[in-house]
Amino acid sequence: MSTQLPALTSRLAAEELARSKGEPNWLIKLRGEAAELAGELNWPKPEKVRIDRWNLTAVGSYEQPTPVSALTELPEVVRELVAEGTENLLIQRNSGVVWKQISSELAAKGVIFTDLETASNEHGELVQQYLNKAVEMNEDKLTALHGATWNGGVFVYVPKNVEVELPLQAILYNDNGAASFAPHILIVADTNSRVTYVDCAVSAEGANAEPFVHSSVVEIFVNSGAKVRFGSIHHLAGNGIDMSVRRAIIENDGRMEWIIGDLNEGNTVSDTKSVLKGRGSESDAKVISVGNNTQQMSLTTQAVHFGKSSDSNMVTRAVMKDSASAIINGVTKIEHGATKANGVQTEKVLMLSPKARGDANPILLIDEDDVTAGHAASVGQVNPEQVYYLMSRGITKADAERHIIYGFLAPVVSEIPVETVREQLQKVLERKLEG
Amino acid sequence: MATHFVIDGLKAEIEGKEILKGINLEIKGGEIHAIMGPNGTGKSTLASALMGHPKYEVTEGSASINGEDLLEMEVDERARAGLFLAMQYPSEIPGVTNSDFLRSALNARREEGNEISLIKFIRQMEGKMKELEMNPEFAHRYLNEGFSGGEKKRNEILQMMLLDPKIVVLDEIDSGLDIDALRIVANGVNAMRSEERGFLIITHYQRLLNYIKPDFVHVMMQGRIVKSGGPELAERLENEGYDWVKEELGIVDETVGQA
Repeated sequence: MSTQLPALTSRLAAEELARSKGEPNWLIKLRGEAAELAGELNWPKPEKVRIDRWNLTAVGSYEQPTPVSALTELPEVVRELVAEGTENLLIQRNSGVVWKQISSELAAKGVIFTDLETASNEHGELVQQYLNKAVEMNEDKLTALHGATWNGGVFVYVPKNVEVELPLQAILYNDNGAASFAPHILIVADTNSRVTYVDCAVSAEGANAEPFVHSSVVEIFVNSGAKVRFGSIHHLAGNGIDMSVRRAIIENDGRMEWIIGDLNEGNTVSDTKSVLKGRGSESDAKVISVGNNTQQMSLTTQAVHFGKSSDSNMVTRAVMKDSASAIINGVTKIEHGATKANGVQTEKVLMLSPKARGDANPILLIDEDDVTAGHAASVGQVNPEQVYYLMSRGITKADAERHIIYGFLAPVVSEIPVETVREQLQKVLERKLEG
Repeated sequence: MATHFVIDGLKAEIEGKEILKGINLEIKGGEIHAIMGPNGTGKSTLASALMGHPKYEVTEGSASINGEDLLEMEVDERARAGLFLAMQYPSEIPGVTNSDFLRSALNARREEGNEISLIKFIRQMEGKMKELEMNPEFAHRYLNEGFSGGEKKRNEILQMMLLDPKIVVLDEIDSGLDIDALRIVANGVNAMRSEERGFLIITHYQRLLNYIKPDFVHVMMQGRIVKSGGPELAERLENEGYDWVKEELGIVDETVGQA
């Protein structure tokens, strides 16, 4: 059963829930403010996608999480994602975290890897310093509602000069459409630190056809000289609506890498943005998507340059099947004063069906003269010359096309840092492309 | 059975324009035939029409390997029947590694469940790459992407060596090759000479034929084979050019289908 919006926009109800979960006072207050904002603000309006027709209020009710004592208690869809032998793993089920572990080695170095609810209590000052600072609650109804309802979530803090060698992994899954599922992921990489984080958002298939909304916000703070690699695969079932906002703020000489697979079965809005605040900051974003059936998507990547000599690169590749539609926006914005900045973006769409729709919209907004910027966008079909070439070596037409389609997505697939996740991604692609 | 490749009265057109005006040619296993001629006379069209390029339409005639009619087959079936075309401009396929591609091509010739083992495949591929003096790194590069002209040609020969075809058509394999690369490519071809295999070498320079000795040389003009002979014909063409052939046959414009 989906909760009616009025209940969610009540300051009192939001504060009451937060109090019952044992959240600290500062957070209880934020919850109340967010709920009130949610009542006042409007939904975001992505270009050419009528999300006002989506069931965005199916946000569910809070479900008390039940921690598991062993990974074997978790369903197959979760277990097959777990990196072999990992000691740094966090699992959220519906409204809360049910499993978390961090290696003693990382803990000894001062690395924090826990759920955001726990972090709010145990590292309140640190969390308050960053929470909602990249994605503000008052941006629109989506961010406000998320501020009021987020649950579980992930908090990563890497202290100065600490390099985390192995990837941190999170799995966020939903198997109850009636439960609120709203992870908030907050990653702070302090000066000259390094970290790789990979997550997967999945949901039980067919088990529950009740519509649900996955409201997810990712905030990443890349401090001076730090480097963050963030990989994320979303593969929610068709009854889910994925509303994901991802944002990084990058300080002097910091580097941010996004590797994103927006591969849901249902409707999706995703907005992945790097704010290149510092001098010499860098961002590299790679996004792939496959649209099938009747799903609708709005996929946006953005790079906003404030820092001098900052550098951004964005690549989005989408394969569109059946009657799916995707509006793909790339926004490179260079602010006045960001001299010697360089921003490059490419959007490519491969159309496999005449009924599918794929719009690639490269947008360059430049308020500074002394910069370089470039964009390339293409929408096309599988190249018949390439098919001919592969077939001339004896490969069947179907296999030739498969090679070309997978090859089109390969630049992102090969970048996924965790092998088991990469293998699962391959399976998801097979299911979406050949199912 | 020794290979027997027959082209009989082949006519083909592109976008409604007839380019091949009736080609007759017979190649037996062990033979090397060269087709020479100036640009625009239909040489590459012959190669593409035989392989089944979607832009070319065969309007008349036949082509068969050991009695099997190639023109009735899809492109991939022609390849599996034993036809190999080393292309003048091989496609670049981003995201598909050379080794994945080669393995798929080999496995396409094998029964399902009887795929070549990875170890055996790698050993074969690396062996052939060594013969062609190719950097082993090319196995992991995306297929032809960012390859120089010479690297692409070497990669075509690598495919030929691994796929073991019955009839090999080399379309301008010598273009864009420096003398060292030409020697390596020619060695690759010569190593593949056998009674089981026939070659059709398309070129407009005699240079390549110093390295790969043809048994028969044909001159193509106006979409037809207008003159045939032995290796001495190639030498005369190199020394004297094509004008004497045109004069002999009363041809003014040797090209075909040009706008």
